[in-house]
Amino acid sequence: MLKQIEGSQAVAQAVAACRPEVICAYPISPQTHIVEALSAMWKKGELGNCEYVNVESEFSAMSASIGASATGARSYTATASQGLLFMVEAVYNASGLGLPIVMTVANRAIGSPINIWNDQTDSMSQRDSGWLQLYATDNQEAADLHVQAFKIAEELSLPVMVCMDGFILTHAMEQVDIPEAADVDAFLPPYEPRQVLDPAAPISIGAMVGPEAFTEVRYLAHHKQLQALDVIPRVSAEFAEIFGRTSGGLMHHYRTEDAETIIVCLGSVTGTLRDVVDERREQGERIGVLSIVSFRPFPAAAVRAALENATRFIVLEKAFSVGIGGIVSSHCRAAMRGKRFICHELIAGLGGRDITKASLHSYLDRAVVDDVEDTTFLDLDRELVDAELAREDAHRRSGAIPENMLRDLAAREN
Amino acid sequence: MVTASDLIAMAAFEEGRHAQAFPSFGSERTGAPVVAYCRISETPIRTREPVLHPDLVVVQDRTLLPILNVFSGLTEDGYVLINSSKRSAELGLSDLQARQPAGHFMTIPATDIAREHTGRTVPNAVLLGGVAALTGLYRMESVGHAIMARFPGKVGEMNVAAAQAAYDLVVSKQKESQNA
Repeated sequence: MLKQIEGSQAVAQAVAACRPEVICAYPISPQTHIVEALSAMWKKGELGNCEYVNVESEFSAMSASIGASATGARSYTATASQGLLFMVEAVYNASGLGLPIVMTVANRAIGSPINIWNDQTDSMSQRDSGWLQLYATDNQEAADLHVQAFKIAEELSLPVMVCMDGFILTHAMEQVDIPEAADVDAFLPPYEPRQVLDPAAPISIGAMVGPEAFTEVRYLAHHKQLQALDVIPRVSAEFAEIFGRTSGGLMHHYRTEDAETIIVCLGSVTGTLRDVVDERREQGERIGVLSIVSFRPFPAAAVRAALENATRFIVLEKAFSVGIGGIVSSHCRAAMRGKRFICHELIAGLGGRDITKASLHSYLDRAVVDDVEDTTFLDLDRELVDAELAREDAHRRSGAIPENMLRDLAAREN
Repeated sequence: MVTASDLIAMAAFEEGRHAQAFPSFGSERTGAPVVAYCRISETPIRTREPVLHPDLVVVQDRTLLPILNVFSGLTEDGYVLINSSKRSAELGLSDLQARQPAGHFMTIPATDIAREHTGRTVPNAVLLGGVAALTGLYRMESVGHAIMARFPGKVGEMNVAAAQAAYDLVVSKQKESQNA
């Protein structure tokens, strides 16, 4: 049903339509509205026989999800930022145990300095956790990806993170065609677990594995992720058949066929970039956008196929690896092994900084003629940075960087 | 504020248009200055950047005026609606009013109207009625439906009445200035 609805509410309703059996949740911005909405539905009796478990921390949320999933229950949780970090040990266990938990990550920066706003550092930190990671370009896709995520997760016995930009998507109110329960029933079969904890037939799971088989268990984790490269597009196609719209899949191409320049991105910045691309196409520039939906598994062959005919690609990332630079860009370069390419990294939107079309245009004016640094931080306030560097050169006891910078900014205002 | 931009989006949606409403995500406490944005379009809205060049600025709390340049980027023929019983000169906004086309600047005592009709001092619905009359951006009827959908029952009805009162007030002020 087409609704004008907040992203978080849309996701909550989509999750509800998937008939989850256990929801374990702990609130943290910007994810809170999702689990709040689900708890309100549960209270009204709209979630059938679902158990809603209020836990005392994110670590408990994931631990309880693991327990629930191990008993064969369809399990869901959601988190963000520091909450995701707090549950990390259990996050790895969920994938190691092969439990098809679906978790929303409402993407938000990681402290310190504390910051509640959007970027993708949180989910990026879990790229090696063994979970599949799907990134939503808009709220329609965010809702749809949850429905697909349960199917993908349960088929492969692997947990799936659905990543949606915090605030930018979770708090945006726009049109979403909410997946109807009847359609979801036709699309998503009941969960048939590979292993079940059952008091009537006791088993133990989570064995210690020594050097004799650890490599093989880990190899299978990798193998299963690569299987997902086939499952994800198939599930997207099955979804399109029942719901009549295309969502998910490995990636989205936008005007990339004849493009000399392709911008690669993940998540909600896709919309702004498509507008930018249309504006530049009007000036005759051959430019397009490649939005990666599946970051884990990373669809290297498909990325290569998309990029290999372009002159250059620019990777816009809302996270970076301190000490080396772009994360997604290093993946793209790996995908292009053996090919000739030019790659520029653009780090943007950190900690909620707006990504404006004007800033993108002025960067692209230079990037399309390769007149940019390998790694550029969009709209970096060089003066603010240089003032701090000068302070550190001048005094040993220069103080805390965040406080210094905020003081400089306040002084500028006056 | 956030509710107001949501309701504008709902009204536009009801009229078959695309709308995108989003808050500016500041500190999470009631009473802190908040900016909320809304875009309305006949075609799907893709951009996620904040609204940098508004066609309409609604100021719910005039005490923000000395602190923030809330009219930054206002388009040449943009509209301004301020919750205040004061006139533009008293708010120090004569220049702004002169710069915009005639009839594009208005103040209404939205908090007072809200109090009168709802017993509460939340001016959201009132200002939405005012916007409908001032700009013709959406029909009064649509915003009435949006309010009822969000606040079913008595609360919604009182707010619709408050919005209608603001609508009528703006229309009468428009007539007044045309006759003047």
